[in-house]
Amino acid sequence: MSDTVIIADKLTKKFGDFIATNQISFEVYKGEIFGFLGANGAGKTTAMRMLCGLSVPSAGKATIAGFDIYKQTEQIKRKIGYMSQKFSLYEDLTVLENIRFFGGIYGLGYKELKDKSEQLIEKLGMHNQTKKLVAELPLGWKQKLAFSVAVLHDPAIVFLDEPTGGVDPVTRRQFWELIYEAANRGVTVFVTTHYMDEAEYCNRISIMVDGKIEALDTPVNLKKAFNAASIDDVFYQLARGAKRIE
Amino acid sequence: MRTIRFLLQKEFRQILRNKTIRMMIFVMPVVQLILIPLAADYEVKNINLAVTDHDHSAYSRQLISKITASGYFRLTGYNNSFKESFAFIESDRADLVLEIPARFEKDIIRENEAKVFVAVNAINGTKASLGGAYIGNIIRDYNNEVRAKLVPVTRFNPVPAVEVTSSNWFNVHMNYHVFMVPGILAILVTMVGGFLSALNIVKEKEAGTIEQINVTPIKKYHFIIGKLIPFWVLGNIIFSIGMLIAWLVYGIVPVGNLLVLYACVSVYLLAILGFGLLISTFCDTQQQAMLIMFFFMMIFILMGGLYTSIDSMPGWAKIISQFNPATYLIEVIRMVVLKGSGLKDVLPHIIKLGLFAIVLNTWAVFNYRKTT
Repeated sequence: MSDTVIIADKLTKKFGDFIATNQISFEVYKGEIFGFLGANGAGKTTAMRMLCGLSVPSAGKATIAGFDIYKQTEQIKRKIGYMSQKFSLYEDLTVLENIRFFGGIYGLGYKELKDKSEQLIEKLGMHNQTKKLVAELPLGWKQKLAFSVAVLHDPAIVFLDEPTGGVDPVTRRQFWELIYEAANRGVTVFVTTHYMDEAEYCNRISIMVDGKIEALDTPVNLKKAFNAASIDDVFYQLARGAKRIE
Repeated sequence: MRTIRFLLQKEFRQILRNKTIRMMIFVMPVVQLILIPLAADYEVKNINLAVTDHDHSAYSRQLISKITASGYFRLTGYNNSFKESFAFIESDRADLVLEIPARFEKDIIRENEAKVFVAVNAINGTKASLGGAYIGNIIRDYNNEVRAKLVPVTRFNPVPAVEVTSSNWFNVHMNYHVFMVPGILAILVTMVGGFLSALNIVKEKEAGTIEQINVTPIKKYHFIIGKLIPFWVLGNIIFSIGMLIAWLVYGIVPVGNLLVLYACVSVYLLAILGFGLLISTFCDTQQQAMLIMFFFMMIFILMGGLYTSIDSMPGWAKIISQFNPATYLIEVIRMVVLKGSGLKDVLPHIIKLGLFAIVLNTWAVFNYRKTT
């Protein structure tokens, strides 16, 4: 693992007296699926928002694809894709219009845009839905579409904030197939989740408790270290000590 | 440039897909321009008058019939004592009491001079002062008639030597619509521009789509321009519909150059849209944006010289009205539509509006944060 695409060094975010993210340090390598676990309110979303350039850290350093998160946020934004916890495609635009719009503002050429949207629709099997308003799609479809739009411009890293929340198991599996496919193309995937079975799909996972990273390793090593049968167990052992209640 | 194209495409699609906005484009100008000028009229009619006539003479009857024949007054009571008439005011059946003394006719003929007494209910100030003025005019007129009859016109008679006559310019018949309609056009543009833009960015904040925009390499000014242009076009469309209604319903056609009018409205729209966008960068919910915009709307409209003349405002209010972009638009529209003022006359206004546009939009771009 030579290429390091995310380096976080003692990254901290405070909101007044409240320390949402407390000196977290980690590295993520190219092409890796990095699971970012933690209970509600552990500070996952805050950390992710800092890495995406949506939120300015209070202290610490980090680089994304070699760019500094304080000074080079605009360069970072060209290199990343982001899918937020809240569905954030335009509900009053059609499937195709959303794809074209986001592709367009990332600077894809017209030919590229046309080819890529066709590929994307083909892959998702949404031929009959291209002219449908996104608001009319079922949640699972929306999430798959949001992910595909987030990686449309071939980012180096894609950040996924609880992408499968509220989605049925079959769609979740399909969703993870999309993630694997992106990772195989060399896209680094940084994903938060509450589903422990999904954690097992990741190359490495970190578990956050009360704003700090308490564990970080491959799922297999973590289970060994905590003498646990599953990641679920590991998570439970760590999260039980949490003091923050959301 | 390409980014802006994609943003514009998106905004136009969203606006045109929005049923409420689509409907408002037509309903607002029609309703505002047809309802308000007809109903909100300064001319006071139907002033209720109670008369106490102690004289019961030919002259007193003549005076009363002259007053009622003017069409502004409605005789609601004809009583024998002032007390009775005053009861009419107390019970809101009369706005004015006219008391004619017992020796009215005799005094006029013998002494060449008589007095009448007018009591006005001043709770509704406009009605009272206008009613008082009307009745004063009618009595003066009556006075002249009586004099003409009693005193033969000779070279030496003391009829006033200076008489005031006036003619009304630009609105010959003092038609209230002619004054009001151009002002309402200004309000229309203000309301549409202000509210639509104020709510727009906030709506994206509420939906969460702004996050998705903020992680893209879109430049802040691209985003603001992408929001500005669609509403600018919409504002111009609504203004055009309004002009059409002004012509069809009231027969008001601008005396001046239409291009000058559009130049001014265009610059004004940039200013008011910038203001709306600025507000929406400060707010997190549409409710907040709506409240704040409403607050400013009231000030813009009531202190912009639409209903009440700025010249008669106190000094501090005049200063406030200078920081109100609507002031300039209302004035320019009236100048161009009614007086036919040219570009040279309204240029100072357009420059001031341009300054508003630059300051407000720059501020909006500055205050729109992609990071928190």
